[in-house]
Amino acid sequence: MSGIAITFFVVAAVLVWGGLIASIIFLARKPQLDVYPDGADDVSDND
Amino acid sequence: MSVQQGSGQQGTVASRPREQWSGQLGFILSAIGSAVGLGNIWRFPGVAYENGGGAFLIPYLIALVTAGIPILFLDYAIGHRFRGSSPTAFRRLGGKAGKWLESLGWFQVWICIVIAVYYAAVVAWAASYFTFSFDLRWGDDTAGFFVTEFLQTSEPGFSSQFVPAVLIPLVLVWVAVLAVLGSGIAKGVQRANLIFLPLLVVAFLILVVRALFLDGAMTGLDALFTPDFSALGDPNVWIAAYSQIFFSLSIAFGIMITYSSYRNRRANVTAPALVVAFANSSFEIIAGIGVFATLGYFAFQQGVGVDELEGITGVGLSFITFPAIVSQMPGGPLFGALFFGSLVMAGFTSLLSVLQVVSSAFQDKFGITARQASIRVGSALAIVSVLLFSTTTGLITLDTVDQWANNIGIVGAAIAATILVIWVLRKGPELAAHLNAVSTFKVGPIWQLLVGVLAPIVLLYMLIQRIIVLTTEGYEGYPLWYLAVAGWGTVAVILIGAISMTALRWKHDPDDFTPWPSAEALKELKK
Repeated sequence: MSGIAITFFVVAAVLVWGGLIASIIFLARKPQLDVYPDGADDVSDND
Repeated sequence: MSVQQGSGQQGTVASRPREQWSGQLGFILSAIGSAVGLGNIWRFPGVAYENGGGAFLIPYLIALVTAGIPILFLDYAIGHRFRGSSPTAFRRLGGKAGKWLESLGWFQVWICIVIAVYYAAVVAWAASYFTFSFDLRWGDDTAGFFVTEFLQTSEPGFSSQFVPAVLIPLVLVWVAVLAVLGSGIAKGVQRANLIFLPLLVVAFLILVVRALFLDGAMTGLDALFTPDFSALGDPNVWIAAYSQIFFSLSIAFGIMITYSSYRNRRANVTAPALVVAFANSSFEIIAGIGVFATLGYFAFQQGVGVDELEGITGVGLSFITFPAIVSQMPGGPLFGALFFGSLVMAGFTSLLSVLQVVSSAFQDKFGITARQASIRVGSALAIVSVLLFSTTTGLITLDTVDQWANNIGIVGAAIAATILVIWVLRKGPELAAHLNAVSTFKVGPIWQLLVGVLAPIVLLYMLIQRIIVLTTEGYEGYPLWYLAVAGWGTVAVILIGAISMTALRWKHDPDDFTPWPSAEALKELKK
């Protein structure tokens, strides 16, 4: 692979796979809100 | 599993409580299973290569952030706030003056009906090729085997001559998918995705690793990732990027509305959507690596450049080019089984989601159970699918119907949804407030701008451009009468189906419903 092809592969990997990892970490750290408006009587997700 | 009890105000249009995913993970995996389909494996790599290679990733990522994720948020917001299938959700969104919006939901349902009947056939082909892999049944002439021997393709038209090699696996696919569908959301759709999605990822990763060690693999990757910056000045490349994102994410034809309607009220909506969107694109990048490493090997074996290869996308890539490669490869049968097994799993979970849109809509409207919907509606679709796509004209019918259902049907539905929801009914602020009231990732005015302005402009350009091409140039050289019947006729069926279903009476009043959080509560939250 040429240098420019490797560069674009790395950029794509960082942005897309990095985006996936970042979004998973974001969700895992704060899976739900602390406070909700009144009224909903079902429970939130547990996993 | 937590379920809601009680009346229509709890979000159900039947006397039963609405089904729910067992949790966030089940929903996310099922949504990824829907988004990751055949297009990820056989469409993205070729489209990227033909539209600037590495440079294509720039418009692709911009399209993901400016259109894919925003419309995904819109779908999730509608489904989650109005807690119903597409027709139910749109009717409730329209309110007293906008009950007619139910027809947009049925338009999406009929798109799914059309897609399901042919998508099942492709899954059946892949299942057949999975078994063919073990003895390399296709021989040396893979194109001849696929078109003539396997599908027994005849001239464009509507044949009544069935092809048993297609009919039998097609019936089996329908039996399997309807069995899962009839088991409901948590015990059926979610359970199938929990099994098939991890299996798909593992199988495809093994395939990619194997492909990377083939002679010529790096040449293939070089072809895929080397940027052609001049492509960025071509509007068609940008349209190709927006199209790829749009069709790949399963947005704007009811799937994500339906799936999010099965989440509980306090479920986080936007943050899981980001996971789904990036997971879908992540799989596309992996597919690009696997496919182009393999194509690089094929070019190396042929003694030609990658740019001289034909059949690098779609049906041609999967059922003609890949079998030819598998035949030449050491350990080919295993490689073929991994590839076609991946196609089957990716296609099966996507087919499930398409059919769930249909099942959910019929359940809501006629007050039937998932099992009843699966048996009654699913069986009818299976019969149509077998009649149209297991005959000698199945390939051409599939190709034509797919072209119109996607490029006219889905794009038209997306334009209608964005314009009606944001501009006519002015529901953007309410939906944004709803997302923010339950989600950890907040949206603001930019989201409404992207959904209400950028998305319809790009989609309208795509639609007009495609209509001009299809009306002036035709499609694939098929006769005009045939395109009128199978192509434009498909759009007519979708339209007539949507109007007819809207006119029918509901079993239970869908308007006996109060969104949560209430409009007043959302206004309080914004202060």
